Amino acid sequence: MSFIVDYNCFTPLGPDLQTTLGRLEEGVSGIQHFENSELLPFPYYAARLPEPVIHHPGFTRLENMLIRALAPVVERNPLSGKSLLLVSTTKGNIGAIAGGEAVQDAFLPVMAAKVARYFGFSETPWVLSNACVSGLLAVAVAGRMIDAGAYEHVYIVAGDEVTEFVLSGFAGFQALSSGPCRPYDKSRDGVTLGEAAAAVLVSNAGGLFRVAGNGAVNDANHISGPSRTGEGLYQSIRRALDEAQLSGPELDFISAHGTATEYNDEMEAIAFDRLGLNRVPVNSLKGYFGHTLGASGLLEAVISFESARKGILYPSLGFETSGVSREINVIRQPEKRPVKYFMKTASGFGGCNTAVIFENLN
Amino acid sequence: MDQLKLEIKEKIIAALNLEDVTAADINDDDALFGDGLGLDSIDALELIVMLDKDYGIKLSDPKEGRNIFRSVNTMAAYIAEHRTK
Amino acid sequence: MNNTFYIQSYCEIRDGAIRLNGEEVFSAEAESFADFAKQAYHHFETGYPKFFKMDKLSKLAFLAASRLLTEGSNTALVFANRSASLDTDLVYQQSIGDKEAYYPSPAVFVYTLPNICLGEISIKYKLYSENGFFVFENFPAAFFPAYAHTLIRTGKADDVLCGWVEMLGEEYRALVYRVGKQGLMEHNEQNLNRWI
Repeated sequence: MSFIVDYNCFTPLGPDLQTTLGRLEEGVSGIQHFENSELLPFPYYAARLPEPVIHHPGFTRLENMLIRALAPVVERNPLSGKSLLLVSTTKGNIGAIAGGEAVQDAFLPVMAAKVARYFGFSETPWVLSNACVSGLLAVAVAGRMIDAGAYEHVYIVAGDEVTEFVLSGFAGFQALSSGPCRPYDKSRDGVTLGEAAAAVLVSNAGGLFRVAGNGAVNDANHISGPSRTGEGLYQSIRRALDEAQLSGPELDFISAHGTATEYNDEMEAIAFDRLGLNRVPVNSLKGYFGHTLGASGLLEAVISFESARKGILYPSLGFETSGVSREINVIRQPEKRPVKYFMKTASGFGGCNTAVIFENLN
Repeated sequence: MDQLKLEIKEKIIAALNLEDVTAADINDDDALFGDGLGLDSIDALELIVMLDKDYGIKLSDPKEGRNIFRSVNTMAAYIAEHRTK
Repeated sequence: MNNTFYIQSYCEIRDGAIRLNGEEVFSAEAESFADFAKQAYHHFETGYPKFFKMDKLSKLAFLAASRLLTEGSNTALVFANRSASLDTDLVYQQSIGDKEAYYPSPAVFVYTLPNICLGEISIKYKLYSENGFFVFENFPAAFFPAYAHTLIRTGKADDVLCGWVEMLGEEYRALVYRVGKQGLMEHNEQNLNRWI
């Protein structure tokens, strides 16, 4: 069995979990409007970290984000026994290739090794780069390796930056929102990007939550558009439920992916509907943080851990009127509710999907 | 206009990596999306970039693309009217 | 279930040649990987025009996987490399690098994630299965057995396609193999180290 033992985050809402959570609970969003930015030749919305981010010289901006998120977790849980560092990111130090060359910093194993060395991990770190499910898939991978007896502790750190590279790409996809993103809403019109780092320690004992079930199944449909039947997400959730020995309605809430594109949110609603999860309270946290790519699955899991621990369901910021074709129960205001089980889901380019179910042990 | 239509066919083939398709294979009135040439959503986005890059046309609403890219005929008509390059 | 798993079949692509289970099944003189890939595509009568939209990493992964896969199996895809999607990232960077000629290409951007190659394979072979793309400095001979075996043991996959698919510039190497309960050679770290 594998357990969530500790966690932290470094976000535009705060340099640590408590500050971030405090502002989130006040309904504050990290999303702002940017004009005249070198990152994009026209105005856009994004959730960006306040500068300066770099506290540790000799490390890139993203490496600083990862270090700042993970440091308190390592401090509270010093390395011992068989420990692995698992780094999750979609683009790493992608800004380093702005000159058109594949410089050393741009290689993900180089970045991960620097972070591993900083904290004193003796083993080569693993890097998971699997689009926007990376942060959540890392939890599933960690749980699987601990269950297999290969490791006692897996320290996961996930991060991505708002960069010219990614902003321009989403702009080319006509997928950037015209205002702060509005997951599941009728007037949603695209993604708001964000940057953040998050860290989670998964161990073979003790802890706050048990990793009860997981699944990560591909849509086998299209490399950038989600399946119209939500097949991959449906199967991922089905496998997670089966492993957790649940049928669905036992879930106290779902922290979903909710990127606020027309197709993603509709696909999720279809998958949830197929599984009979229509009444389970659902939120997307992207109204607070934007879409933080490789960090999103982990960051949103971290916030959801606190949500479950405190027994408060957080509203899906940006939602007013349903704009999906199936009935889903989007959380509109904070609600006190004891949480025994919750599920985090994520989906991403390449047709990937991941679902992880957690049991609250508190 | 015929020269423009030929040029458009060649650009479509190059921009969208349509292997084993020649300009002669594409009729002026063939549906480009759906059943015709079978282009998809990414292809549509790439054609929007092509309009800008090669003809200096910036679409104010990308949804217009659906009508503009219906066939080589509709594309040629739109480009002839709006090109700035 | 016992603790031993086996390499059932394998495909290696490097230096202008494709080898299946140790025997060369195709080779070509080619100016570039793209040209080599096109010749291989035609040689194997692939009949899948979407191949030509793929980036080089996806073409490499696809060519190797297509020697080993059939449709619809519960085969997990566990791939890794050193450069992630850097080869395509550099191509995309060119489309945004010049502010006077700023034309971000959606067709290129969609491939600026290394796991897209897994999506391409899943689509072609209708694999509704576990996927994971990892990045390591060198061929991870300890990782592949550790992760692949747990997927099979826990019933998350019937078998696993493991793949090292490295692509950067004109340097490419694919070593893709299928792991299951029976096969030619025991799948473990020592054998992999000797093999690669």
